[in-house]
Amino acid sequence: MSRLGAFVHRLGSPRWFFDMTKPWLAGLAIIGIALLIVGTVWGLVFAPEDYQQGNSFRIIYVHVPTAHLAEALYLAMGVAGVVLLVWRMKLADMFIAVTAPVGMAITGVALLTGAIWGKPTWGAWWVWDARTTSVLVLFFLYLGLMVLREAIPGRERAGRAVAVLAIVGTVNVPIIKYSVDWWLTLHQPSSFSLTEQPTMPVEMWLPLLVNVIGFYCSVAAVVLAGLRNEILERESDTVWVRDWLQRAQSGSGS
Amino acid sequence: MIALAQAGRDLRIAFRSRGEAAHPLAFFALAATLFGLGLGSDLETLGLVAVVAIWVIALLSCMLAAESLFRRDFEDGTLEQMLLHGRPVFLAVLGKLAAHWCVSGLPLVLFAPLVGFMLQAPAQALPVLTLSLLIGTPTLTMVGAVAAALTAGLGRGGLLVALIALPLYVPVLVFGAGASVVAASGLSALPQLLWLLAMLAAAVTFAPFAVGFALRLSQEY
Amino acid sequence: MFQGIDFDLEPGELMEVHGPNGSGKTTLLRCIAGLFKEESGHVDVAGEERPLYLGHKPGLSLLLTPLENLRWYLALQGREPRREDCLSALRRVGLNGSHLVPCRSLSAGQQRRAALARLVASSAPLWLLDEPFAALDESGREIVLSIAQAHCHGGGAVVCATHEDLGLADARRLELAA
Repeated sequence: MSRLGAFVHRLGSPRWFFDMTKPWLAGLAIIGIALLIVGTVWGLVFAPEDYQQGNSFRIIYVHVPTAHLAEALYLAMGVAGVVLLVWRMKLADMFIAVTAPVGMAITGVALLTGAIWGKPTWGAWWVWDARTTSVLVLFFLYLGLMVLREAIPGRERAGRAVAVLAIVGTVNVPIIKYSVDWWLTLHQPSSFSLTEQPTMPVEMWLPLLVNVIGFYCSVAAVVLAGLRNEILERESDTVWVRDWLQRAQSGSGS
Repeated sequence: MIALAQAGRDLRIAFRSRGEAAHPLAFFALAATLFGLGLGSDLETLGLVAVVAIWVIALLSCMLAAESLFRRDFEDGTLEQMLLHGRPVFLAVLGKLAAHWCVSGLPLVLFAPLVGFMLQAPAQALPVLTLSLLIGTPTLTMVGAVAAALTAGLGRGGLLVALIALPLYVPVLVFGAGASVVAASGLSALPQLLWLLAMLAAAVTFAPFAVGFALRLSQEY
Repeated sequence: MFQGIDFDLEPGELMEVHGPNGSGKTTLLRCIAGLFKEESGHVDVAGEERPLYLGHKPGLSLLLTPLENLRWYLALQGREPRREDCLSALRRVGLNGSHLVPCRSLSAGQQRRAALARLVASSAPLWLLDEPFAALDESGREIVLSIAQAHCHGGGAVVCATHEDLGLADARRLELAA
């Protein structure tokens, strides 16, 4: 426990985190973009056509990863919320602040691609089906987090209030999913799962896997970059940030 | 004991401001009227739609009522005394929420069958509709209270609370309205009602802590 | 806000906190009360019981009478709100006739007195009073001072943020800079 505590404490130090993550950022970005290029080209050009949906199915190479990420990011914010409230780790607050807009954008992309896919498949841009609806609710949950943070003066209080809401929201997400699932079921069964045997042929499924990992890495890079900016901004009155800025300006810091 | 004292005090205050306490019910009746007017007297269209509409309207009026749950206490400083001396705070919060539901939620439940008749809801759905509201509205009050507590003292309008609370209301609406619709078609609504009950149990267990914590944050100005 | 403040308050002591507007008197009191989370440093309050806090806000529901407010306040702490005790506390602060009138019909000074009745009825060893004399007349002022002194003689402690000089010989002083 004490070692875990010490680790958490060190991780909570923005400066340590900032210094440590510098190599990660480039790594994640390069891997993410490379995987995205490979996966997308593979999926759009080389993967076979779907025998029912024709070429329109190819949007899953964007739709599925973003829909996954939309949920994963919200879950991550819920975990960060617990970390913030239990260990009072400032970094967790910064993480939530940075992730909320990214997650909302990703959720928006998932909804948009879902609608584009829905038009040829279901014949309508929007269908009140279980999973589209729960992603829409997720979008509003993200919106609530952003609105709450913007409404509360005082960074400290805003951060903790948002953390409470993120936790409540995270607890709610599975219930929302289940309830909506029961209410409206029209969607085709999930096309991608880690535990089950895929139902689509491997040459369709593999590029999807590549793109899922690519999206995860790219979004991680975006969040990390945002986090590093947030650290610089919030710690801007500390000595180490001023030193870092000076070195960056003279060309050696970056 | 503490919960009872807090609930008693809040009920007394509600009684002294009766007019205000009747607002949620008035809103409920008005919105239902508008709904009936809008749909016209076409019996085919009303019916099932009415059941769902009653649930949505009840949900909105619960949310609007929760929005001002802590406003008066925040302004007159009794909230800070409650947070200081409530031992433990979550019990005082529980009493407060219970009193609030008795004033804002219970009347809706009692009037729901009447509004159901007014909107020509299928008769066999009314018992389940009422029961689902009885189990569901306390959950709505609890979740709404979390949103209200997070925004307590900000002096912002109800839209903020709505943006925060409404997405969290989705499961309650789904199972509540779902139970009534299922009952209208003559099937057993027991699974949905049990789900509502489970959510109520979870809300009663966790919401008072979340509300207490959020209210503490509201004191840090 | 402020920094480098360090003091121990012993039982029986009364401390005046002085300082210009915005120097953090209220924040200090709210920190001690536990309503405001201090950025760094910490506050230790001995004993089980939470300190009594009398702030700018009266802590009274305007729709309830002073008696009902006081009984709620005591019940909240798990104490038996005996009517006789409450009535005598209200008498002590000079609210004999008006304890059955809703607070909103009382004058500002009377409302202040209704809030002060909490001091008399309280069993908290530490009192935190933020501008307790606001809206009070001369006799109200006397009452506050005598209640506070009695509390100190009984082994309690008082921290009082104020603009005026209390004129107490044995009181400690804490000056907050702007």
